[in-house]
Order: sequence, then C-alpha cells, then structure tokens
Amino acid sequence: MEYVYCIIDGKKIESDKDRTILEVAQENGIQIPTLCHSDVLAPTGACRLCLVEVTGARTLMPSCATRIGDLPGERIVQTHSDKVRQARRIVLELLWSAHPNDCTLCEKSGACDLQKYSYEYNVDIEKYRSRDPYDFAPDYNNPYYVRDYNKCILCGRCIRACAELQGNYVLDFARRGFSTMVSTPMGAELMDANCVFCGNCVALCPTGALVEKERLGRGREWEFQKTHTTCPYCGCGCTFELCTKDNEIIKVDSSDARKNIVNRTALCVKGRFGLGFVNSADRLNHPLVRRVPKGEATGTLQDYERAPWNEVLDLVANRLLEIKAACGPDAIGGFSSARATNEENYLFQKMMRAAVGTNNVDHCARLCHASTVAGLAKAFGSGAMTNSIDEIIDSDCILVTGSNTTETHPIVSLEIKKAVSRGARLIVIEPRNIELCDIAEINLHQRPGTDVAWLNGMMHVIIEEGLEDREFMEERCENFDAVREAVKGYTPERVERITGIPADDLRRAARIYATAERATILYAMGITQHTSGTDNVLSVANLAMLCGQIGRRSTGVNPLRGQNNVQGACDMGALPNVYPGYQRVDDFSVQAKFEQAWGVKLDNKIGMTVTRMMEVAQGGTLKALYIMGENPMVTDPDISHVEKALRNLDFLVVQDIFPTETALLADVILPGVSFAEKTGTFTNTERRVQMVRQAIEPLGERRQDFQIICEVSRRLGYKMSYSDQAAVMKEIAKLTPSYGGISHKRLETEGGLQWPCTDSRHPGTAFLHSGGFVRGRGLFSPCEYRDPAELPDEAFPITLTTGRVLEHYHSGSMTRRSAPLNEHVPTAWVEISPDLAKNLGVKEGERVAVTSRRGRIETVARVTNKVNGDVIFIPFHFAEAAANRLTNPALDPVAQIPEYKVCAVRIDRV
Amino acid sequence: MEEQLSAIFARFRGTAGEVIPLLQKTQEELGFLPEEAMRRIGDFAGVPFSKVYGVATFYTMFRFTPVGKYHVCVCRGTACHVRGADQILEHVERELGISENETTGDGEFSLETVACIGCCALAPCITVNSDVHGRLTSKKASQVLKKARGAALKEEEDGK
Repeated sequence: MEYVYCIIDGKKIESDKDRTILEVAQENGIQIPTLCHSDVLAPTGACRLCLVEVTGARTLMPSCATRIGDLPGERIVQTHSDKVRQARRIVLELLWSAHPNDCTLCEKSGACDLQKYSYEYNVDIEKYRSRDPYDFAPDYNNPYYVRDYNKCILCGRCIRACAELQGNYVLDFARRGFSTMVSTPMGAELMDANCVFCGNCVALCPTGALVEKERLGRGREWEFQKTHTTCPYCGCGCTFELCTKDNEIIKVDSSDARKNIVNRTALCVKGRFGLGFVNSADRLNHPLVRRVPKGEATGTLQDYERAPWNEVLDLVANRLLEIKAACGPDAIGGFSSARATNEENYLFQKMMRAAVGTNNVDHCARLCHASTVAGLAKAFGSGAMTNSIDEIIDSDCILVTGSNTTETHPIVSLEIKKAVSRGARLIVIEPRNIELCDIAEINLHQRPGTDVAWLNGMMHVIIEEGLEDREFMEERCENFDAVREAVKGYTPERVERITGIPADDLRRAARIYATAERATILYAMGITQHTSGTDNVLSVANLAMLCGQIGRRSTGVNPLRGQNNVQGACDMGALPNVYPGYQRVDDFSVQAKFEQAWGVKLDNKIGMTVTRMMEVAQGGTLKALYIMGENPMVTDPDISHVEKALRNLDFLVVQDIFPTETALLADVILPGVSFAEKTGTFTNTERRVQMVRQAIEPLGERRQDFQIICEVSRRLGYKMSYSDQAAVMKEIAKLTPSYGGISHKRLETEGGLQWPCTDSRHPGTAFLHSGGFVRGRGLFSPCEYRDPAELPDEAFPITLTTGRVLEHYHSGSMTRRSAPLNEHVPTAWVEISPDLAKNLGVKEGERVAVTSRRGRIETVARVTNKVNGDVIFIPFHFAEAAANRLTNPALDPVAQIPEYKVCAVRIDRV
Repeated sequence: MEEQLSAIFARFRGTAGEVIPLLQKTQEELGFLPEEAMRRIGDFAGVPFSKVYGVATFYTMFRFTPVGKYHVCVCRGTACHVRGADQILEHVERELGISENETTGDGEFSLETVACIGCCALAPCITVNSDVHGRLTSKKASQVLKKARGAALKEEEDGK
C-alpha cells in the first residue's frame, strides 16, 4: 500500500492511493450522496450523483470510481461546491422526469434514497417532467416480492446484486434509451427465470421498485422498531435486522452490511422471506394438558385443555419425580434443541444432569453430525469446522462432498461461487447433479454410501504418485503407516467398480486436491448420515492430513452444520457423554469440577443417545421423555417405530412453539418462545457465537424457555435461578474453557466471537490446529469400505436418498407456516431420473407410491436429470409424505447416527 | 438450428467480446434470434443469458421473431421524413395489409421502420432485404413490392 495526501473539503487526509474518493470521504465523516453505489458491490459510476469537483480536472468526477492516487495536482476535492450541488440537482430532476410522485403511498417512503436526496437538494420535481411517463404494470407474479419498474431509477444495484452477491445472473438491462428497463432474459417471469428469491436485490433497491410482498400496507419505515439478531434457520449464522411493528415481524432488513459479519448483505429466501411463522396463528399460547386417556386420544389439540402454569409445572415435576423414585433417574431422558440458544441448552443439560440425575441428554446433532463430532474428535481432538466461511474465497481447490451447498447452506455457497470465479478449482463428489455441478471442474457421482471407497482411492492415487506431504505427516501426525497399508487395495479401477466413479476422473481429482496450495474440504450429511458415517469422516480427515491441507488459512476439514445452533448445542454438552466444552462425563476430574460448581452429586456413566432412547422406549425401560424444540415424528428415521416408542412412554413432555406432530403425542405441552422473542446466543457452523436479541414480546402465556427449565428444575428439587440469559453465559464461560472469554457484554460491543476464545482479551480463533492439533498429533485411522446396511434387491430395487430443499427447513414446522415459502413449494415430490421413469412407465407429475421395508408414502413424480440411474431423492420436510417413513434406522456403530442417505425402495404407480 | 449454430461457433473462439458478431451471424443464418440460440451463444461465449439478451435488445438490428421472406424497412430519417416517408409507410402498410413490426399471414413480407439507412441523397427510400430502393413515390413503392411478390411466386413455381 502506498500512502498519499489529499485535501477533501479543506481537510488534509492521508490515504492509501488505491482507495476511492468516496471511501476516504466516508471514513472521514464526509457524506457524499450515491444511488448506484453499494459497499458490497463493485463501483460502476452510473448514477452520477456522487460527482465531486477536483481542482485541475476537466470535468466533475465520480467519487465512487476515482482513486485518490489518480487525482491530479495536489488532490484537492470539493464534495459540496455550488457546481457539484447544481450537477446533482439536475441528475435528480432528470430522474423525476419519469418517477411517479407518490411518496405518500409508497412503501419505501422514509427509506428511499431518491426521496432523501430530493429533499436534501431541494429538487424541482416538475422541471423535466415527461408528458409520457412510464406505464409498466407492477409484477405480483411471485410469492415473495413486487417489482414495480415505474419506480426504477436504473441504478443497476439489483442486477449487480444478482450477479456479484448471488452469482445467479438472472437480471440485466434490456432495450435502450428511455425504454431501458431491468429484465430477465426474454422478459420471463422470475419463477421461470432461475431466480432463487434470495431477495438481495430487494435489500439493495434504493427506491420502491422492489418491495417485499408481506409488508404491503403493514407500516411505514419510520414506524418500525429494528432489532439486530441472528437467523433461526441453518448453520451459516447470518444476521439481520428484524423490522417489527405492533409485536409483528413486518420485514427483514440486511442492507447495512457492516453489521453482518458472516453474510454482509446477502441472505437466502428463508432468512429474508420465511419468518412469518413467528406470528403464525397456530402458535402455542398456553400450557396444555391432555385430558383424554391415551387410548382415546385423537392426536389433535382437542385432546388437550388449558391449565395454569403452576399446575402444569407441578404436574411435570411430580410425574418425573415419581418415575425417578420408581425406576431410577436413567428411566428419564431429555432431548435438548439445536434451535434453542446456548444458554437454554446449557440449562437443559444441567437440569437433566443435576436435577434429574442422568446423562440421558442428547439432541438432533445425533442425526446430523454425530459422526463428525466422533470422527474429528478422534483424528484432530476437536469436532468442528476447522476453518472459517470467509476463508473459502482464498482456497485454490474446494472439494465439496455430501453437501448440496446452494440449497442447504446458501451463504457458504456464495463464497464457493466467488472463489470459483476467482480461479479456484471446484471438485464436486455427489450422487446428484446439484447446482454446484454447473461450475465445477470435476463432477463425480458416487453410488450412495460408497464414500470410504473413493476417499481411500484418492489416497491410493496420491501415495502412488508421491503427492503426499511427508514433512507435514512426520512433524504433525501419527499412525500413517496403517492408512498406507489400508488404502493399498483401493486402486482406482477397484474403486470404480464399487462407486461407479470413473478411475481416471478419480485420479484427476486426487491430483488437483493434493497439489493445490490451499485446498479445503466442505462436507455435510452426505458424508455423515451413513452406517459408515464415522469412517467417512475419519477418511476425510486422513485425506486432509495426507496432503497437509489443514492447520492453515483457507484449508481444512469443514463439516457444514445444519441448524442455527447445532454447534452450540453440542458445545453446551447437550450430548450424553460430555459436559459443556466436550469435557467427558466419565473423567473423574471433570466430574469433580462440575460437582463442585453445581453443588450436587453427578453420574459418571455415559447416557443414552437420541436413537438409543427411542429404541429403549419401545422396549419399555425408558419411562419419560422431555423434548424441547424437536420434532422426531418427522425427522427421525422410521417414523412408525418412533411413534410406537413415544406412545409407549409413561410420560412425555414437549416444550415447543407449535403443536407439532410430536407435541400432539405428549401428555403435557409447554409453550416456549421463538428466536424473535428471546435474548441469548447461537453458535454458527464456523464456531462463531453471535447474539440473538428479543424483538417482540411473547403473546399469551408463552414463557421464556430458560425460565421454564429453571422452574421445572426447582420443582425437581434443584434450584436454578438466573436474572437473564447473560447471567447463564457467565456461568458457561466459567466452566467451559473454549467459551472462557465470551460474554454478552463483549458480543454486544465486538459482534461475533469464534471459539476457542479462552479469556476476556482473547480475539477468538478463525482456524483451528495452526501450530499443532488440539489432541497433539493428528491421528490417521485406517478404514475399510463396508456396504450400506440395506442394498437394493429384487423386492426393493431402487436406492432412496433424502435431503433438504432451499425453501424448506427440517420438519417444516417453521417454513410451512411462512406463507411465501409454503406458497412457492407447497408439497413433497420424488425425483426420478428419465431412464428410471421410462423403465417404470412413470410420467412427470404422476402420483406414485414409494415403499420400503418400513413404510409407504404417496407423492408426485418429478422426472429430472438431477438424479442418476436407479437413485431417487425425496425431501424430508413434508409430514404428509414423510421420507422418514421409509428410511432405515440402522446405526453407525460409533456415533449411532442413522443411515438416512441410503435405503432400498420400490416405486409403484397409483 | 443445432447444426447451424455449431457451424457458426466453429468460426469463433468463445470469448465474451464475440457476443455481438455471434448474434449477427446467427441472425444472418436463422433470420432472427430464437431464445435457445441466445442461450447457446451465452454458454459458448461464457456470458450470462441475461447479458446476451440485454445486448441483443439494445441494438435495433436484432430481432426475436421470424421476419418475412422479404423484409421491408421504411426509412424515417430526416431527409426521408422531409420527402414524405410517412406517405410511403402508409402506402406500404396498405399495400401489404400489415402494420409496422408485423409479418404477413403467408410469411412473405414483414415491415419495420428504421431511423436512417444512409442513403439520404435517394430520399425517400426503403430497403427490401439488402436492396435499397430510392427516390420513391407511392407508385414506385408498389412496383418494388409487386416485383418482390412476383419473384416469390416465380420461386414457388420453379420449386414445383
């Protein structure tokens, strides 16, 4: 960087010569008006509003696109001279030649840049008024937002947002002169133009041309209360401002990029348009107790009656105490929640351990990344994403496997797209043709469940060709010889027979990964949700260590965590084998530490997992279950079995915000609150702890979840009392070394902090294992390929794999109550390849039955090239055609994660 | 169309800078720019479809619907305007039974107006495909169209 002096409005400023006048002025508190400019987009200098006068320059210069270093003479700039103000006024007056003068009715009034500057520059709206103004019909033809091009000022922000932020290129300017307009190709409807409805264009539109549909008529900009908070959907950890009025969410605003560490301005369709569930009419408002005997229950809210909180809490505590007295504490289990805050998860596991006296506490991480936690803890000593999301852009090679990133972690996928456009080489190894395949250099489609084979095959090639990083392994790892032996038999030709991946393609992929300067691996459920899940994860770790692609910036092994706070729920010890911070329950010194801190005797026996508890409940040894914010009746494998297990319990408590499929089996339903009604913290997939802030007041008799837990605990005879969630975080920090330096106070001032953050001055950690691995040396673990638990056969000849889609989330309890999402994608389907469809005689849109050994569902066929050969795909969000009626509950022996990704099915026409 | 496009692409390298010549050649070959052709040009040149569409709509020379076998352009440039382009247009419209930017039902003729074709000395003038006809009167315009129609008929007969 080279520094030079310039004088802006008489103020002498030293600046990097490559910065623009606009940037330097803004940093020095000098405001220059802009319309086409945005901090998150490349400058285009199109609107001419940011013109400034430069001494010695022939004309006025656009400050957004002029570098300080390029200024002539002494670099004297005037940002508000008469000449400049006059020029800006004319620009604005020309915009008014066609812009409708309807600020009184416009939704954007109060936040419109044209309106703001027109006032500031005292424009004459009528001066250049056209006698022939725009006459476009506003476009309401999508569920999410309205396009009214009468109000468009052609700044191009939407076009660049679509291209630069989202990488989708749906929009561009069409036609010319006065007829110029923003258009999709051929002027097609957005629904037909590949638009993913991220709404980043809406966030950046300076006028009322693009407006969220749900906000229409519900309030003016100045009436909104704005609360900066963290998104309740996936693990990306996006932040935004909730705009609320009269206790309702009106819209989401992400336009101020500086406030949002992870996502800047970008959001996905769920975060931006999918929060209507918070104000949904069927939220639980009162505690409910089932009044009809279990045998006569209808499974609807009619079985339940309202009851006062005190009575209900007493009932919960008394029933749990009875069962504990009769059958011991281990007859009781608890499901904590990856949707709840860290503080609530901490309290929930503390209640289970200290008040109930059992380690039977787990949560849905068991069903998504249990194998990651187990595998990476074994290999590296820490089971989390090793690197950060913003490092992806500087990787030279990105290997994505078992992750449909654009749909499940949209904001992470934006970084991948940016990296690829900057020259990174993308390898996608996925059974399906996902969107990322379009920009990948190499696409390999493995048969579902054959991941150990191709991973071993890649290592075989790398070792055979001498591409491994010997120095790294010698210095930092151990047990490599065992892996070298294990992968010897995995020649690419043999791997081809197992996986279906052509041998030469595998060789090319192996070379690209091994020879990259900085290579990163991103993976998700496609790796973890197998009976070989832990082996898959260990193999991924082996590959990274073999090539020394870990412990540096932009490298690493990066499991993408699925839920807003699944990382945090694990960190908080909502797992049967560890206390907060992965401190083992069977370690005596740890036990002593927590016994002293909590003032109670604790059990050192490892508890039961979610999957194990379901099994045992069916056998009758688990008597009671306390489920907070989970919906196993949609999300667990083999739902018929889950239903039997839950019905077999003596006592089931569900604490939730909706009467979910699971809640309607409960004896008692406790109404908690959503993310918008509480304050606390979520930890995103890159270990970043961020604030969740209360935006609206809980309606009805809903109570803060942390208070409910404390009340139950107190009634169980163990006193827990905290003034607020900040006080809980204080206790967490004291007992959890990796959270030692994290407090609400710090998060308020510094934004997010990535653990490990060990003391109050620790800045947090962007990537792990930099000097050495957390466990000391990185441990290589040899893995042999094993077939999935259930292979296709004559009776069930087709392989089913399951997953998520962009517009919906897990059991759908939130997204299906958010009107635009549900309008866009109202129901389930099954993806069938054209070949398979032909063989089965099934046509697009036809109803089919899909049957496995465990159940049968009916749904609609979608014939698509997204799937290959005899592999079909069903999204699991839809209770009416629940993919999990079909899935196989066979478990990984180590992590006890079920094999959601492979089972054998049959398709019949109905 | 597939073959024609492949033949055109064979003469280019597939860079963003070639979009306009690609559009020109394609229109020359196909008579207009079908959606699929623009999509393919985008893929070939590494330019988003939206951008190709934007470029194509910017220039009036590109069209998105098929034109007639004989494409008539009536010049409305300054010189032609002064020398009665409006009357010529009206006359051609009446003669062909179509309005500006339309194609006759038999697909023989299509009609549009253009700003200037650079033959001001011959004003008023029209073009029929690539032939310029100048110093027109209504009568002469009729003859030009008649001749074209005659040629069309002859071709048809020869075809048989």
